Amino acid sequence: MLKIKNLHASIDDNGVLKSILKGINLEIKAGEVHAIMGPNGSGKSTLASVVAGKEEFEVTKGTVLFNDEDIEDLAAEERAHKGIFLSFQYPVEIPGVSVTNFMKTAINETRKAKGLEEMPAKEMLKLIREKSELLEIDRKFLSRSLNEGFSGGEKKRNEIFQMAMLEPKLAILDETDSGLDIDALRIVANGVNKLKSKDNAVLVITHYQRLLEYIVPDFVHVLLDGRIVKSGGKELAHELEEKGYDWIKEEVNA
Amino acid sequence: MSKYTEDDLREELKTKEYEYGFYTDIESDTFPIGLNEDIVKAISLKKGEPQWMTDWRLEAFKAWKEMIEPEWANVSYVKPDFQGISYYSAPNSKPKYDSLDEVDPELLATFAKLGISLDEQKKLSGVAMDVVVDSVSVATTFKKTLGEKGIIFCSISEAIKEYPELVKKYIGSVVPQRDNFYAALNSAVFSDGSFCYIPKGVRCPMELSTYFRINQAGTGQFERTLVIADEGSYVSYLEGCTAPSRDENQLHAAVVELIALDNAEIKYSTVQNWYPGNAEGKGGVYNFVTKRGICEKNAKISWTQVETGSAITWKYPSCILKGDNSVGEFYSIAVTNNFQQADTGTKMIHLGKNTKSTIISKGISAGKSQNSYRGLVKISPNADNARNFSQCDSLLMGNDCGAHTFPYIEAKNKTAKIEHEATTSKIGEDQIFYCNQRGISTEKAIALIVNGFSKDVLNKLPMEFAVEAKKLLEISLEGSVG
Repeated sequence: MLKIKNLHASIDDNGVLKSILKGINLEIKAGEVHAIMGPNGSGKSTLASVVAGKEEFEVTKGTVLFNDEDIEDLAAEERAHKGIFLSFQYPVEIPGVSVTNFMKTAINETRKAKGLEEMPAKEMLKLIREKSELLEIDRKFLSRSLNEGFSGGEKKRNEIFQMAMLEPKLAILDETDSGLDIDALRIVANGVNKLKSKDNAVLVITHYQRLLEYIVPDFVHVLLDGRIVKSGGKELAHELEEKGYDWIKEEVNA
Repeated sequence: MSKYTEDDLREELKTKEYEYGFYTDIESDTFPIGLNEDIVKAISLKKGEPQWMTDWRLEAFKAWKEMIEPEWANVSYVKPDFQGISYYSAPNSKPKYDSLDEVDPELLATFAKLGISLDEQKKLSGVAMDVVVDSVSVATTFKKTLGEKGIIFCSISEAIKEYPELVKKYIGSVVPQRDNFYAALNSAVFSDGSFCYIPKGVRCPMELSTYFRINQAGTGQFERTLVIADEGSYVSYLEGCTAPSRDENQLHAAVVELIALDNAEIKYSTVQNWYPGNAEGKGGVYNFVTKRGICEKNAKISWTQVETGSAITWKYPSCILKGDNSVGEFYSIAVTNNFQQADTGTKMIHLGKNTKSTIISKGISAGKSQNSYRGLVKISPNADNARNFSQCDSLLMGNDCGAHTFPYIEAKNKTAKIEHEATTSKIGEDQIFYCNQRGISTEKAIALIVNGFSKDVLNKLPMEFAVEAKKLLEISLEGSVG
């Protein structure tokens, strides 16, 4: 589904190109759950942003294929239409736009891009009801302005709610566990697990092994200074939790 | 001969043409340019007005001659040449129509293009319309239904003839002839406009709606509107405007007076979408408007406006809260793009006891435009327990536009409670990317963010008007983010 080959990406830092991703190779197949772990500043969020199509980053080398299509020239919304979803680490506020209205717009814009009619209101309401129940979201919450005054946990739950509504092929969860208490974590993970199928894939970006207790990965990758330096099964996450990243750094430098 | 090149084409495509930029060729009856006493008299004569009205106009003209054009607003423009304008233009058709069949078909086609087909309006929306094209009312619908309730809704010219007592009593009572330069000019030369009277205790069963349209090159438009809500009555009045695209500037100086007697309520909503000029700042309407209402005891006046058009806007819909317990409200969305300049706001004059006013202003600036809020809250010595709440929010798009807030507060009574809140924000790249990531294009994302920003005001508009206003916001900001 997602094939990343020798990906290099930089950001313009006051006129100087600063290299962040330095040759990423990663393949995610349908039905798989991958986790990317790594210390702060290793490039985890950058990788998520580049795949989602944030223009701030410049791809200097390498390719990103999504279902065998090079997506480099696609705008962020076009990638979204193809089924790439990013659960943001810091979801932004849009005052005056309700969660429902935002979701309605997102779904209908995606349908429009696919040449489909707008979703009938009745169907939309049904979908909203179904997905909000899945994430144990109070209906009142849906009429509030998007992310405005939401607690950290509410924001993350809302991200996963949006994911449930949009039913993406590839969901990238960027530190979805940060700011969540244990109950919220369980609800969010439960939601993700219920949405998982053999046709879609999940990429979990996290600092901690905690979330991976609930969303069990098939593969764990360690990102260090813009490169994937180690890959393994779910047990790698445990090892990292126990020993930290220093031993890997030493291994890499050796 | 110069060749039309690809570059020319690109240039032409780059400048997003004004959506309603078309021109209807109706034979017009237009006065020669220039303004003097004879022209004022001729306008009055043309309209078959009684002597008192002619005298009233002449009095205004005398005052205007001595006045100078105000310069305090935060706008800059080439002043109009008042002697270079024709002050009267009327569609050259029969004076009145009994049915739509008699209306010039080309005119009807224009309405259709604007999406305001009278037939549709008549049948579906239940909105009675007094359509003003180039200053003369050509069709009034639903008059009969309104008539049964004793409601008068007609052109001001007709009112001057049919209801002289009412007009004589109230015209100029809120905006006197010499109130300001443009009001004086309007008082002297106003060509037509709307008149509305709601009798005691009557609740007007439908939204009253007027569409204004400027439609003749080189003619200014001087509308005069007078709305009187008698004791305990209620009326919601809608005013919406579009104008054809034109290269030269068109002057518009309207006056609107609202009178809300004891326990009456007037809701006055405007959507203004006159030609704003092109992307280089050429052309566009000069919109210098005086709107004011007076509230007697327990009365309420709400002004709601969505201003997206005009090259220059100078407009302060105001309330004089004369009666005890009276309420004034002002809800405004002002959008400026390209080289548009807007200086708009309100005046809330608290005279009575326990008077309340609310001001919510949302300014959106894009391109190289300048958008100013200017508001006065005045509490007079006798206005015990007066309260005001003002909120002025500005949204900026890009780095070349400006937002300004000029709040004036004069409190002469110690019991007054005045609150003022102001915010300025910018549409962030993060917000846009967030929307993009959910499959929403940048253009649509901006519309969504702007609509969210303006929600508090959009909510105050009558339903069908709100839909139109939302569309207008989107059209006005198209192409404003590169």
